[in-house]
Amino acid sequence: MPLDIYLNVAVAGVLTGLVYGLMALGLSVIFGVVRVVNFAHGEMMTIAMYIAVVLFSAFHLDPLVMMVPIAMALFAFGYVLQKGLINPFITRPEHSQFLLLVAVAIIMVNVLLILFGPDARNVQTSYAYDSFQVGPLIVDATKLYAGIAAVVVTALLFCFFRYTRMGTAIRACADNYTGALVVGLDVKHLYALTFGLGAACVGAAGSMLVLIVDVTPPLGPAYTLLAFVIVITGGLGSLPGALIGGVLIGFTEAMAGLLFTPSAKSMFAFAILVLVLLFRPQGIMGKRAA
Amino acid sequence: MIGRLFDGVPARALILGAALLALAIAAPLFASDYMLTVLILIFYFAYVGQAWNIMMGFAGQLSLGHALYVGLGAYTAAALFVHFGIGPWIGLLVGVPIAVAAGAFIGFLAFRFRVGGVYFAILTIAVAEFARVGFDHLSWTAGSSGLFLPVKQYSGNDLWTLRGLPVMFYYLLLAATVAAFIACRALLKSRIGYFWLAIREDEEAARAAGIDTFRYKMIAVVISSGMTAFAGVVYAFYYNNLFPEQVFHISRSIEIILAPIVGGVGTLFGPVLGAFILTGLAETLTGALAAIGVDIPGAKQVFYGICLLFVILALPDGVWPWVARHLKLTERRE
Repeated sequence: MPLDIYLNVAVAGVLTGLVYGLMALGLSVIFGVVRVVNFAHGEMMTIAMYIAVVLFSAFHLDPLVMMVPIAMALFAFGYVLQKGLINPFITRPEHSQFLLLVAVAIIMVNVLLILFGPDARNVQTSYAYDSFQVGPLIVDATKLYAGIAAVVVTALLFCFFRYTRMGTAIRACADNYTGALVVGLDVKHLYALTFGLGAACVGAAGSMLVLIVDVTPPLGPAYTLLAFVIVITGGLGSLPGALIGGVLIGFTEAMAGLLFTPSAKSMFAFAILVLVLLFRPQGIMGKRAA
Repeated sequence: MIGRLFDGVPARALILGAALLALAIAAPLFASDYMLTVLILIFYFAYVGQAWNIMMGFAGQLSLGHALYVGLGAYTAAALFVHFGIGPWIGLLVGVPIAVAAGAFIGFLAFRFRVGGVYFAILTIAVAEFARVGFDHLSWTAGSSGLFLPVKQYSGNDLWTLRGLPVMFYYLLLAATVAAFIACRALLKSRIGYFWLAIREDEEAARAAGIDTFRYKMIAVVISSGMTAFAGVVYAFYYNNLFPEQVFHISRSIEIILAPIVGGVGTLFGPVLGAFILTGLAETLTGALAAIGVDIPGAKQVFYGICLLFVILALPDGVWPWVARHLKLTERRE
């Protein structure tokens, strides 16, 4: 095979990986701050994807433009979910949280199944087959837009956590729960906000991913797993880490699909996870815990 | 030894247990074919839940990949039977060590490198998913097109080759559930059991007290994975077909752990009660929705999810502790 095929597949993998990274970023924020294992993460993304599909097929609204309202809708959803259901569970053992979110995930998947049926849906934009050519490199327009948007959203989130008072307050909750309570932070409210922010990331990622993959109701669990793999690979609590982990996994999957068989690609993602857990359990960008 | 198993158990609990066991033994006499398949499912989940409970409920290690051990047991025994005509009990002698080796591998990596909590859970999922995709591409077990055991009409039951009527599988799984229950009780009352509970409650403190935590966590994984592999063998010979997508799928692992969590993690009767509640609930929902003429795919699962949500919100520690408390209360009032 000529070299430019590898190069093209690699670039496509990296761009898809950026979108994966944005999805995982949502999980990283939730998992890193609220310390709740969000096992409904992929399911939240399929909800966002279906919203994008409905908006497109009913009103011809471009998913990339609708990214912001979809993210806002998911933010509200995440806020309510955390405030109403999950907050009482933050101090409970993991298996208890796990059951709660599995129940939520089961409901989400099957409500989507009732509403949309089992068939795969997608969005056909006018630029679906456009591409840019740079030398031997042919880059899918859709993937390029999605990749850029993912980087922009990550940068915004990074600035939010770094430079705003609320972002600092959320980081304080993540660092020291009791301390945050002592200095008078409304931790429950901040947790709900954080969960909302994580959900918003997933919403944005979903409205981009719908351009790249077809959506079916049972897609959720696979992406939940993928998000966990990426977060742990990249390093928990590190925003650039989630993006880097996403790129790494996207790249690996693309290459595995090319060199072996596409159906075996997730095996390589899991192999990377196992290696990272063993040799760098804090993740690529994570700081070593004491 | 046997006397110690009953130490501290209230007499009414023993009588209740004996009555339930007698009921379970007599059940095939009056249960319809349909009821029998439901009961088989219940005891399958009760048994596997009990095995999972050893790891999570006793030793505090959250495994979300128990489908791996079911699958390894099932596939080993089935492949040996299909390719070489080797019976399930011999297959068990091969399948269980393979599953135990897989469990020990995960345990060794995780516990040596101090991978715990959620990370451990994700590691177990990852290995199970790895196996799922791997078996999809393994031609010796027919890959994703599925492995089928030869089936013919059986007149009698052959326990040695596990070829026979559902009733045989019912008694087999019932016996396994009872044996697992007694074994778990014995383990809990032994030195190992106390070490496990110490590790579950506070691992650092357990280590400080001189418990070799690595060793006892490994023992938990080994026992749990081996027990689960036995269920896999029964699964293979009961259903007669195996698909990696079904056997190793993450949703199978989740199914396995729902019963003990709903019933009560770390309790002996929790997995059994949870299996009854959840399988009963699923079947009741199927029946109820069919009766009112609702035929929408997904409707049943939505109700199932809502019920799960209510259980975890109302009884976060599981149903069994609540039931046990309640039964004791009624006793006092008398």
